[in-house]
Amino acid sequence: MSLLSLRNVTAFYGPSQALFDVSLSLEAGQVLALMGRNGMGKSTTVKVICRLLPNAQGQVAFDGRDLSGLPAFRVARLGIGLVPEGRRCFTNLTVYENLIAVARPGEWTFAKVVELFPALQERRDQNAASLSGGEQQMLAIGRALMTNPRLLILDEATEGLAPVIRQQIWAAIARLKQETGMAILVIDKSLSELGTIADSAVILEKGRSAWSGPFRDLTPELTDRYLGV
Amino acid sequence: MIRESTLNAALLILLLAVPLAALLLDEPFIITLATRAVIFAIAGVGLNLALGFGGLVSLGHAAFFGIGGYAMGILAYHAQTFTPIMEWPFVIQGTKAMPVIWLTAVVASAIAALGIGVLSLRTTGIYFIMITLAFGQMLFFFTISWPAYGGEDGLSIYVRNGFAGLNTMDPITFFAICYGLLLAVLWLVSRIARSPFGLALGAARQNEARIQAVGQRPFTLYLVAFTISGAITGLAGALFADLNRFVSPTMFSWQTSGEIMVFVILGGVGRVFGPVAGAAMFIFLEHVLGGLSEFWHIYLGAILLGIVLFARGGLIGLVSGREVADD
Repeated sequence: MSLLSLRNVTAFYGPSQALFDVSLSLEAGQVLALMGRNGMGKSTTVKVICRLLPNAQGQVAFDGRDLSGLPAFRVARLGIGLVPEGRRCFTNLTVYENLIAVARPGEWTFAKVVELFPALQERRDQNAASLSGGEQQMLAIGRALMTNPRLLILDEATEGLAPVIRQQIWAAIARLKQETGMAILVIDKSLSELGTIADSAVILEKGRSAWSGPFRDLTPELTDRYLGV
Repeated sequence: MIRESTLNAALLILLLAVPLAALLLDEPFIITLATRAVIFAIAGVGLNLALGFGGLVSLGHAAFFGIGGYAMGILAYHAQTFTPIMEWPFVIQGTKAMPVIWLTAVVASAIAALGIGVLSLRTTGIYFIMITLAFGQMLFFFTISWPAYGGEDGLSIYVRNGFAGLNTMDPITFFAICYGLLLAVLWLVSRIARSPFGLALGAARQNEARIQAVGQRPFTLYLVAFTISGAITGLAGALFADLNRFVSPTMFSWQTSGEIMVFVILGGVGRVFGPVAGAAMFIFLEHVLGGLSEFWHIYLGAILLGIVLFARGGLIGLVSGREVADD
């Protein structure tokens, strides 16, 4: 049984349909890359998984449980940790407070998060608003980990960051996969980095699942056709 | 600029020094004024938990202030008239013991806040303001038409309630009791503000969708904060009634809610010690400006406008210079 599965999911923003029969599945301990050009429905799919946007049809299931009708906070408590696009840290709180405010029982503690991202220890008492983009991204990942998820969703986690910071983030994600066996759904445009960690991929095209399969089966023709790279 | 912690300590020392100086100068009226400031500060600290930390603009906190007051009034009235409050299915007698009265006031206010919160927190913004105002006014009109406890005329308590081994009729002793309770409430609220619950409450105020995505339910956070807030304001109501030895429907009026909000805004919204500064300044202005003109509220209004427009951190922010981050 898949840890996460979407079957024929449709979703709307008001009258506009954003997702058309999107399907995907992710096994425990695996990394799935959700890919596509801008505006193809990747972040919308994530919102539907986290119940920040309701699906109109189809089924979203996590660990065999149908998520339909559940409020977002219950989905998070089931074990889905979201690192949203644009980081979105709580800027009125310090680094430490951002992490402690959302902590749930489990192996991920403040000490373990700062071990993964030592920069956060140095900024412990600084307001999140005063952090650099990379530090805010680390904080957003750390905050999701503090909820002790079984599935971590990273929505454009390295977007707009300096190359050296991107490397640090990718290294941390790889470490999460190797050391924790956490399932990860990652949205990103960096094919080379995704190739080092992703087991499978789903490509969205105009809100539909256009291709899915093992990441290694992605051919240059496919990436050229659907991703423009 | 002065560090906020230094300023807070100075504020507490000043609040203690004024009545002690008044004691030496034999000015019991000043001690009573200081006691009023301390009680209003407790009410403000209670509202600040909902308003400052949770962003809940409640215009109905007079409901809890009044419930606390009437809890004291009803218990003390039955004790002084030697009549039971109820006889069936079991007998409940009145009491003049302050700790029992405080506990009753806190529990009754908390229950009321829980009930009002469950209904009103389903709304936001202007609707939340209106529904909390409506609950306050509902209780105001209920007490006006409650003849058993004085109706519109209110209820007088002849002798201040007692506290083991202390002469509570002595103004400085009663001040000390209220001051001790203010310290306890400040300690409690500062602990709450630094706890994961308090931090999540602040995060929910900033962005509800974001806090839900990390597994926190905003409604629960708000409801718990609103209930604790109501309970603290209820305690202040019981003390206020004891100070005046009188309770009346005025305690439930929307003006009372407005005044408690003024303490919070004047001192600094979202700062634990803000309402202490606000209440002390309010009493000071009431005393000084009230001596100059009976229209002193106009000057208070002008000062409040200045604070809102130019010093959003309130008096504490103005002196310590650090604004509370909003978003």
